[in-house]
Amino acid sequence: MPAGTKPPMSYFAAFREGMAVGIKSVFTYVIFGTFIGYGALCHDLGFSLMWAWLSTVLVWAGPAQVIVVSTLGSGAAPLEAAIAVSLSGMRLLPMVAALLPIIRTPATRWYNLVMPAHFTAASMWVEGLRAAPALPRENRIAFCNGLGTNMMLIALAGTFAGFELAAKLPALFAATVLFLTPMSFLVSLARNSKELLDKLALVLGLVLTPVCVYLELKLALLVAGLAAGTIAYAADRIARARR
Amino acid sequence: MTTTYGVLALGPYMALLLVGFLPNEVWRMLGILVARGLDEDSELLVWVRAVATAVLAGVISQLVLTPPGPLADIPLTARLGAVTLGFIAFLIARRSIFIGVLTGEIALVIGALVFSR
Repeated sequence: MPAGTKPPMSYFAAFREGMAVGIKSVFTYVIFGTFIGYGALCHDLGFSLMWAWLSTVLVWAGPAQVIVVSTLGSGAAPLEAAIAVSLSGMRLLPMVAALLPIIRTPATRWYNLVMPAHFTAASMWVEGLRAAPALPRENRIAFCNGLGTNMMLIALAGTFAGFELAAKLPALFAATVLFLTPMSFLVSLARNSKELLDKLALVLGLVLTPVCVYLELKLALLVAGLAAGTIAYAADRIARARR
Repeated sequence: MTTTYGVLALGPYMALLLVGFLPNEVWRMLGILVARGLDEDSELLVWVRAVATAVLAGVISQLVLTPPGPLADIPLTARLGAVTLGFIAFLIARRSIFIGVLTGEIALVIGALVFSR
């Protein structure tokens, strides 16, 4: 049956569908591994398990969380730390803005979008953008909430495991769990890139960002992302016009 | 709030809210605002998706080239080699994410052992 013609499910059934897609996703292993590393880091820097858990629930973005614990742990100035977190959080804006129009209905109120927006992080965004369009539109918000809840529970389990095991983890293991993030993001973005637009945006983003960092541009990540995304969009639009 | 005190002077939970939660969450809430003006079939949304993809690709580059913490102890050659081998394995294995990630991780461990001697 083509997308969008299936009859809608109940909220609970769609939520469970989201959790099921989350469990089957490779991100389950990636998130578990990544948050083992995060839990261990929190332990080593002297934070409590409750603090580590709460930071995962509230911040819910791997790179930002690493910045928070390392700056707080090293006693950096609050304003500096907040700016560093804010710079890494900027990437969430276009992600949220790209996902929400696909999952909302004309009846959706803004407060129904607060949870899916909060759950938006790289892994949930990639899986949500891929899987949600196959569901009836009325079910997509519940689906994304289920997907995000599942991923967050896995992260909390990983945080706990890392916190408890911290002293016993070898240094090489800590490096391999940190490597999970770039490796899995790269292949899952590549798998989702079926159109010229996504392929170009991926390749240009990979290449232009280090160039902008090397040139010591301010807000290098954002400047490179805007440039790469705009070039990809222009090229895709020209290619579409020729068809 | 003064910059001369360490962040923990605020108390760890207050610091988490002010330094971790708020500066990060504000972008998600702005995303909700921006999404209000975006139509699903609009050209603007296509552009926003391209920018979001490119920024995420940029995060990947940075995590490999200038990684945080213990990953920085592994030589750049090993990190670049591992990510390249993982991607090649992903393509050969008919776009299997699992095979790609597994190959990359194994290559990283071997690379770390070989190059750090």
